[in-house]
Amino acid sequence: MKTFQLTRASDSAQAIATAAKATTAQQGAEIRFIGGGTTLIDLMKLNVEQPQTLIDINRLPLDKIEALPDGGLTIGAVVRNSDLAYHPLVRKNYAVLSEAILSGASAQLRNMATTAGNLLQRTRCMYFRATDMPCNKREPGSGCAAITGANRSLAILGTSEHCIATNPSDMNVAMAALEATIHVRGIKGERSIPIADFYLLPGNTPQRETVLEPGDLITHVTLPPPAPGNRSLYLKLRDRASYEFALASAAVVVTVADGKLTRARVALGGVGTKPWRSTEAEAELAGQPTTEAVFRRAAEAALRDAKPQSENGFKVELAKRCLMHALKLATQTA
Amino acid sequence: MSNQEETPERPEADTRSALGQRSGKEVASSDSKNAIPVTLRVNGKKHDVRIDPRTTLLDCLRENLHLTGSKKGCDHGQCGACTVHINGRRVNSCLCFAAMHEEDEITTVEGIGQPEDLHPVQAAFVACDAYQCGYCTPGQIMSAVALLNEPCGSEDADVKEFMSGNICRCGAYPNIVAAIQRVRQNAKPQKAR
Repeated sequence: MKTFQLTRASDSAQAIATAAKATTAQQGAEIRFIGGGTTLIDLMKLNVEQPQTLIDINRLPLDKIEALPDGGLTIGAVVRNSDLAYHPLVRKNYAVLSEAILSGASAQLRNMATTAGNLLQRTRCMYFRATDMPCNKREPGSGCAAITGANRSLAILGTSEHCIATNPSDMNVAMAALEATIHVRGIKGERSIPIADFYLLPGNTPQRETVLEPGDLITHVTLPPPAPGNRSLYLKLRDRASYEFALASAAVVVTVADGKLTRARVALGGVGTKPWRSTEAEAELAGQPTTEAVFRRAAEAALRDAKPQSENGFKVELAKRCLMHALKLATQTA
Repeated sequence: MSNQEETPERPEADTRSALGQRSGKEVASSDSKNAIPVTLRVNGKKHDVRIDPRTTLLDCLRENLHLTGSKKGCDHGQCGACTVHINGRRVNSCLCFAAMHEEDEITTVEGIGQPEDLHPVQAAFVACDAYQCGYCTPGQIMSAVALLNEPCGSEDADVKEFMSGNICRCGAYPNIVAAIQRVRQNAKPQKAR
């Protein structure tokens, strides 16, 4: 690990002003905010990240979960994943979020990891994590070893010829289906970014994963009020029963009336280069009866643009069946 | 980043014997020119140390404070051997920088019981033979003690899920689950510190 200066932020403005001196907020940032550290310290030990300055934001007053007047929820940036997953309002109104978080990592990691940190969780692509291998995300222009290498766990949606790294988060898949908004404070003030606009596709700049600029501090995330009568759930398929990243996962939020889907929100995990909202699947579901044929059409639509690699072709059908089963579970008692 | 030499993350161990005294007043230091003063509260006792900011909580506990109960397995948050409690919650101490925990209450396996007064989880591990080589055991025990105060269901399957962050290469899992269930069945509110 390269050495660094550790500073503690006493207020957000000072933290933002310090971080704004970095040339990037993306891969290789010289200045990084540190929350739970579960991703960052891991990557620093691997020399994948080598920040010169760390700004500890854990003492900033960004640790609250509160109901909003409109019936929605606001979640502070440093709220721990376990506190979010077990919060009574989350369990009651946003079951998919609680289930997604509890399906990921371990109890220890969930006690450490923060909301903002999970939003910025980095890929588990082994070539990204190994500094002796080419990786366009870690070292732009060096090539992608995964495309011709071990890519069983990697992405089939949103890939480019430069990068096929999977976004590994479970929480973010639920956040995408719940249409969360990410609130950021930067040197030019505050802005609110719908999660659908927050992540970037790799294209030919896989080192850029989000729209964040130097100095941008995620302060909180808001969720819209739960759709009346909705049911939501997270279904995760993986090699082990616990403590394993998804091969495919589905977050669904559905409302059923008179046997028909009046509203459906769908996002997939484990298969995309970002948390994969599928408006294509949602369009196939809208107004339709809750039948297997409809679910199959939605699944086909969600995976229509899938581009499997040499070792992960199985993910196309796996993701479809994952989504179909999630929809079946979410609608059968609705 | 640019001109920093690459040095081992682990600070040089204190020159005193690893079996030396554990007086809270001594200043354990590492040789790094970047060393910073840090005060930690571990098992109810204050410790002043000078450490490189790169020092993980795990390395600080083991190398500076000579609390070697917490073990280093993977050093990447994947095995759970380093599990300790921070303010009563279990965490992977290998993924914490010690200098970020100055105002926290840290509890290690040395702080939950004594040989003559075992924590109920420790006693149950002995009674159920819940280990073979013992390397993962301190982490298993710290996770199990924390689990007693977490919303874990009553079934063995629930315990397995809650303990999945602690790997045991010997495969002592059945007896680990049995030990935890024994404690949970024997008493309600636990002495989970």
